[in-house]
Amino acid sequence: MVPLNYYLILGAVVFAIGVLGVIVRRDLIVVLMSIELMLNAVNLTFIAFARFLGSMAGQVAVFFVMAVAAAEAVIGLAIIISVFRHRQTLDPQEMQLLKW
Amino acid sequence: MVAPTQSIAPELLRWIPLIPLLACLLNTFFGARLGKRGAGLLASFAVGASFAIALYIFWLLPASGVIRDTVYTWIESGSFQVKVSFQVDALTAVMLLVVTGVGFLIHIYSLGYMGHDEGMVRFFIYLNLFIFFMLLLVMGDNVLLLFVGWEGVGLCSYLLIGFWYHDHTNAIAGNKAFIVNRIGDFGFVLGILLLVTELGRQGIWTLDLAELQKHVQLLNPNMITLITLLLFVGATGKSAQIPLFVWLPDAMAGPTPVSALIHAATMVTAGVYMTARLHFLFSLAPATLSLIATIGAATAFFAATVALTQTDIKRVLAYSTVSQLGYMFLAVGVGAFSAAIFHLFTHAFFKACLFLGAGSVIHALEGEQDMRKMGGLRSYLPTTYCTYLIATLAIAGAPFTAGFFSKDLILWQAYSSPLGSHELWLIAWVTAGMTALYMFRQFFMVFHGSCRADEHVKAHIHESPALMTVPLVILAMGSIFAGWLGTPEYLWGSRWDEWLKPIFGAAAETHAGSAGDEILLMQLTLAIVALAILLAYFSYGREGKLPRHLSSFAWGGPYRLFFNKYYVDELYDFVIVRPFTSCSRWLALVFDPGVIDGLVNGVAKGTRGFSLIWREIQTGNIQHYLIGFLIGILGILAYYLGQL
Amino acid sequence: MTPSMMLFYVLGGLLVIASLMVVFLSSVVHSAMALVAALFLIAILFLTLHAPMVGVLQVLVYAGAIMVLFLFVIMLLNPAAVEPRRRFGWGFGIVASLLLAGALVAVMTNGEAPLDPVASTELFGSPETLAKSLFTDFVLPFEIASVLLLVTIIGAVVLAKRES
Repeated sequence: MVPLNYYLILGAVVFAIGVLGVIVRRDLIVVLMSIELMLNAVNLTFIAFARFLGSMAGQVAVFFVMAVAAAEAVIGLAIIISVFRHRQTLDPQEMQLLKW
Repeated sequence: MVAPTQSIAPELLRWIPLIPLLACLLNTFFGARLGKRGAGLLASFAVGASFAIALYIFWLLPASGVIRDTVYTWIESGSFQVKVSFQVDALTAVMLLVVTGVGFLIHIYSLGYMGHDEGMVRFFIYLNLFIFFMLLLVMGDNVLLLFVGWEGVGLCSYLLIGFWYHDHTNAIAGNKAFIVNRIGDFGFVLGILLLVTELGRQGIWTLDLAELQKHVQLLNPNMITLITLLLFVGATGKSAQIPLFVWLPDAMAGPTPVSALIHAATMVTAGVYMTARLHFLFSLAPATLSLIATIGAATAFFAATVALTQTDIKRVLAYSTVSQLGYMFLAVGVGAFSAAIFHLFTHAFFKACLFLGAGSVIHALEGEQDMRKMGGLRSYLPTTYCTYLIATLAIAGAPFTAGFFSKDLILWQAYSSPLGSHELWLIAWVTAGMTALYMFRQFFMVFHGSCRADEHVKAHIHESPALMTVPLVILAMGSIFAGWLGTPEYLWGSRWDEWLKPIFGAAAETHAGSAGDEILLMQLTLAIVALAILLAYFSYGREGKLPRHLSSFAWGGPYRLFFNKYYVDELYDFVIVRPFTSCSRWLALVFDPGVIDGLVNGVAKGTRGFSLIWREIQTGNIQHYLIGFLIGILGILAYYLGQL
Repeated sequence: MTPSMMLFYVLGGLLVIASLMVVFLSSVVHSAMALVAALFLIAILFLTLHAPMVGVLQVLVYAGAIMVLFLFVIMLLNPAAVEPRRRFGWGFGIVASLLLAGALVAVMTNGEAPLDPVASTELFGSPETLAKSLFTDFVLPFEIASVLLLVTIIGAVVLAKRES
């Protein structure tokens, strides 16, 4: 059997990669996708713990995370469409109206 | 004439200061409606009522009796208590009679003198307020209440000196009086504080005069010397002694009744009263006493030399007052407190009479105060002439006038008391001669010879109305008979000593000389006084050429010195006032805007600069914010790792 | 090296590669495809972890619905011409995420979790057990999630409407 720590390490690495994408990429859609990646890494961790602790609570948590991630993706994309219509750009660097 | 102690209701005491205060308040609010005449009458009536009560109490007060009237507790802090409480013993009773009696006469006089003045109502308001504070001063049974009165009379003095404030010089004179007084008051306050804390160190927290007297032995003698020195500094300010006398001649800018009441009879004597009240303290500090005696004698001498040369009628009297106050302090300094108070008492009469007489002359000459433009007024102003003559004789010390007895007593004490010395007597004796000289110089210049006034003024010279002459006459009578209360043993003995012995008991005068010495000294004094009067007569009484000779050569240098008051004002201006004002100017123009404002503004500027740097964090770019997020998370993780 | 370990290594390696592709590829569509691949791989991992129901849901919902939505929006906005050439701070980002990964690993592997899985029944991870948990212990969050989805639908419609 694969030890728990391996799954945890895998989850951490994927999460870090997702963070990298969020910080660095200059396309809002890719940023949103990186967020999805982060959420999935967390899901992996949840399921691993559920298996190793024998509790269904982990899987239920993943269920809900998926629901919320879906909602969030929908709204995020709706916002992106709105912004694109106004600004013709998806570059976060262009959206600095709230600068001091 | 001894009445039972129980017959005087103590509650009566509070009315003595209260009635003038009430009159002052009524005049403040309703004075305009009462009109000038009404306000003046109300004010005079109030003081008259106080005088009546004071007389009643004086009559019924037994020699060693003390009546106390506690009104309410003012300060209560732990075991330290100060009550607003009035006391009357023999000393206070005497002062009460002087303040209210002479005060009453001067109020009557002012009804006439200030009758045409626009600010007459305001005048009487201030005058009543002054009487109130002076009564607080003499009737207070603790040092703090005395100080309240002390400050209050200083305030009223300022208000009244600058009464005709539209003339800037009057306002400046008022300022000078108040500021110089303040310097003295600073010393006074330090003295009080030191007294309270030193006694407090012994566990006794009080400013009550009776309590102080009981516990004064507990104090360290050096402390007592320091305390009394500081208190005396206050006295030099209030009573115009060296070095703080400079305000009194300038104070003549005020109306003449003010000069008579405040700067002759009452306020300036507060310093003497204070030392007499605290005699138990001063008696334990021989070093201070000898300083007081020296300063008193020196002041008396110097003021007399200056008075010899002055040409303004009120200035001569002002310096004369300084000189006579010097005599009083000389008496205090040699331990003769009772003699000092006696001279205070007689001085009130003849000095007030002199000032009011001068006022009468000024009134007659439509405001002229320069003696060189007077003369020959004897025929025009007969009543003024007579009263002025009597008062002048009194101050010079002519036989059987009040001044004769009181001044001789001081001279005798200076000679014979264990704290006195022959040198002090000599200075006082020469000063007595000069007193006679300058007073009669003034007398002859004003009333004898030919009238040197301008023509249009001469046409209008008239004797003063009864409102002004009656007080003059009463005061002149006082100038003669007041002194008969304190004659030496070789005449009919001193009533005065009887009264005040219970107060000054332990400090009663001891005589190191005999009655024979006393008579000898008296004769010497009479001799120099007679010489002085003759000299004055030949110089000024007959239009002699002598004065002009004297002032031209040999006298020249000293004459200029005396005439310019030893350049003391100029010295103070150069040494103290100028550095002080330039320092103030520097503080106001350089230090305050530059450093203080700079510091405050600097904090603001620094904050602003700082925030200008910090706000750069808010770039508006969400990815930057997310980086911040990440850094925070890394920090938390690092902390958590550190815990493991 | 047991088969399950081997499987894990393969899946894990592919997953990491897929994630890196999501982040590093310059074309949006390519990134989206890489993400789909990553989601599939995660679903397989779920299956190996005795979570069949969730794994299938992952494919259906995540890879099936959400990624399709993403692709629709990409096509709608036609961003191929939009992405700017230069990217900033890659160095900083890489360092930061390396640090993050390191810290997370250090923290999470420090625990006392059992290294061997608990013995479980056949039914662990099956729809029945999931449903039982969902409708008894977690019924309130379930209802709230429903409301959330409703609100999301409404919100999305409002946000994406053209201004008329």
